[in-house]
Amino acid sequence: MTAFKHWLDRTGMGSVLLLALLLIVVFPLCLDLFRLNLVGKYLCYAFVALGLVMLWGYGGVLSLGQGVFFGLGGYGMAMFLKLEASDPVTTKIQSTPGIPDFMDWNQLTALPIWWEPFRSFPLTLLLVLTVPTLIAFIIGYAMFKRRVGGVYFAIITQAIALILTVLIIGQQGYTGGVNGMTDLKTLLGWDTRTNSAKYILYFVSVGLLLGSIVLCTWIQKSKLGTLLLAMRDKEDRVRFSGYDVSMFRVFAFCLAALLSAVGGAMFTLQVGFMSPSLVGIVPSIEMVIFAAVGGRMSLVGAVYGALLVNFGKTYFSESFPDLWLFLMAAMFIGVVLGFPEGLAGLYTNKVKPWWQARMAARRAAPATPPITPAAKRTEAPDTEPGALPPGISSQQT
Amino acid sequence: MSRDHVPSPKSQQRRRLLQGAAALSMSGVAGLALAQQFPTAKVNTTKLAVTDTEVVVGQLHSATGTMAISETGSIQAEQLAIDQINAMGGVLGRKIRVIKEDGASDWPTFAEKSKKLLVNDRVAAVFGCWTSASRKAVLPIFEKENGMLYYPTFYEGLEQSKNVIYTGQEATQQILWGLDWASKEKKAKTYFLVGSDYIWPRTSMKIGRKHIENVLKTKVVGEEYYPLGHTNFNSLINKIKVAKPDVIFAAVVGGSNVAFYKQLKAAGVTADKQFLLTISVTEDEVLGIGGENMAGFYSSMKYFQSLDNANNKKFVEAFKAKYGKDAVIGDVTQAGYLGPWLWKAAVEKAGSFDVDKIAAASAGIELKTAPEGYVKVHENHHLWSKTRIGQAQKDGQFKVVAESPELIQPDPFPKGYQ
Repeated sequence: MTAFKHWLDRTGMGSVLLLALLLIVVFPLCLDLFRLNLVGKYLCYAFVALGLVMLWGYGGVLSLGQGVFFGLGGYGMAMFLKLEASDPVTTKIQSTPGIPDFMDWNQLTALPIWWEPFRSFPLTLLLVLTVPTLIAFIIGYAMFKRRVGGVYFAIITQAIALILTVLIIGQQGYTGGVNGMTDLKTLLGWDTRTNSAKYILYFVSVGLLLGSIVLCTWIQKSKLGTLLLAMRDKEDRVRFSGYDVSMFRVFAFCLAALLSAVGGAMFTLQVGFMSPSLVGIVPSIEMVIFAAVGGRMSLVGAVYGALLVNFGKTYFSESFPDLWLFLMAAMFIGVVLGFPEGLAGLYTNKVKPWWQARMAARRAAPATPPITPAAKRTEAPDTEPGALPPGISSQQT
Repeated sequence: MSRDHVPSPKSQQRRRLLQGAAALSMSGVAGLALAQQFPTAKVNTTKLAVTDTEVVVGQLHSATGTMAISETGSIQAEQLAIDQINAMGGVLGRKIRVIKEDGASDWPTFAEKSKKLLVNDRVAAVFGCWTSASRKAVLPIFEKENGMLYYPTFYEGLEQSKNVIYTGQEATQQILWGLDWASKEKKAKTYFLVGSDYIWPRTSMKIGRKHIENVLKTKVVGEEYYPLGHTNFNSLINKIKVAKPDVIFAAVVGGSNVAFYKQLKAAGVTADKQFLLTISVTEDEVLGIGGENMAGFYSSMKYFQSLDNANNKKFVEAFKAKYGKDAVIGDVTQAGYLGPWLWKAAVEKAGSFDVDKIAAASAGIELKTAPEGYVKVHENHHLWSKTRIGQAQKDGQFKVVAESPELIQPDPFPKGYQ
């Protein structure tokens, strides 16, 4: 038991296990399928938030265009599903059967050549993962090599998000325009709209998300993570030590793009459509808010941030359809004013020291009766918003 | 009648109140009796949110975001219809309760909320959506969960679903008769097409172009599209000035309209020199454009607030009594008002709230009390409707200058126009 506790302390996996428990056991048992499906959707945004923790929290570079990569991943998957849903039999009323309906409306008579790879599922998966990463590499390489950073980088990524949105809306014959790609039904003949499919897709998302968290934790603990942190705080010293600072940034940007693309692809599968409204500036900024609310230094915190903000959106807009935007705004302002390091910061700076002081006081006063495990649990915070990995104090942020 | 016999406004009001109260209590009793005639177990076999006294419906529009300005009219009109139906005793003796959801001008949100209404709330019908994008986002969900959607906007057609009743016009209804009229009125030989860049204007212009070229045997001298929200039309106006078309045929939507008509006026392209027919400007848009910028141009719609008939007078009066005397009513607002009434008629015809039975019963339903006049549901779930041409006036209203003699049959998949 103590060995396990020691391992938890050393690896910082305690909060990950707690999150896994929540996602794998608590939510599926407590929520009906509709709500669980919503959680699945929120988790897709959590992928983006994870990427932002690595890029922004660790790398010190803020990207306001993560919707681009989320969208590219999502559109890749949507193109495959759309082709599958557009077989010649179901589209026989069109002028050209066998192509997606929006192409037919826009007087295209043949499938564009660059759609062809999306007939194959393995190729689609490959493209979903590589295209966003490659684009991130090109953008990152072009900018970080020239030492473009900070607010300039944020503005450029935002411009890219806008460009992609305009492109998608303008090329509606090829992309479905402002309507997006709708009516996606099956994945390799498997109906993704059934109840069992919803459960399976949810658990696949959870699995991928937990896997991503472990991967990111491993990167943070490796030399690479240390270098990223060092670069964020004293870039020049790292450069003078002989490291190629820009390539580490490019790596962080590519990683964030890859994670976003996975989130986008899972989003398409679970929600059943993809549209430019998930690509542009507003959703991209929302994704930054998820990471900020959760705590930009904490991987697990970012997941809670995505869940909390989206739960808030759903709950407020269901309960107060006319007022909910104000309530959301109040929540953001509250977070920024109250705990600028997000939920994770609240935990590490306030809850944890208070708890440790309390425990120390108990240990110092042996007269108090020993605590039973049950009592201990009720006193612990309901959900642990995720601790910072050891070795990183909040002063560094 | 001599003046003395006219009751004072106050006593009239009092009497009306008393009558209303009596009617309400009477209808309450009658409603209960009616509900007992139709036991819930019989009229609701699919576990919808229907009890002996209440039936729950959903309302799904954008109350926030860029579309809120357009969708507010539909929200208000649907609410008015539901209030009126409740005052008459409800549907099969059950009062309608509305669950309002905000689509927030965001298509994923529309999808999420529609699923919530159908799966969690088990609503008997949903009145909602405005843009094609939001309809496309929720359509698979309505088909999967077998819900019933009443969709109020004029739209591009190319769609037909058992689970949707389209209470606005589809593209051919709105366009063909209007173009015929313009061609006759202006003896037009050349047309310039302009629209916002998404599916509805593009499809409408495609239908328009085919009609202009193949049926009217005239010419299109220009066709331009601009992104949604575009506000700089100077280059377009120069092209129009060069092309000198007999008719500008416009489908610019939303906020872009304000810039478009203001810049036309500033460039001297006004109604006394230029004939312009639009399919996208209702009284709601004129509020933003300003009557003086729009005056003299024509709009092809099925409904205008100024329509002169008894149904419409009652509707406009009730609408203004509820939402203030400055409220305006556009085409889509009226189409929204039809939704709850058509649903009520379908439920009563089917004797059931079950969606399958309502969908089957909908074809052939007539509504003699519609503000636009007489309305009938086609087998393809669109409405037969008249097309009318309104000329914009300085006060923001339209003067109806022409009206199709017969109801026009809806044809969402027009042959020869695709």
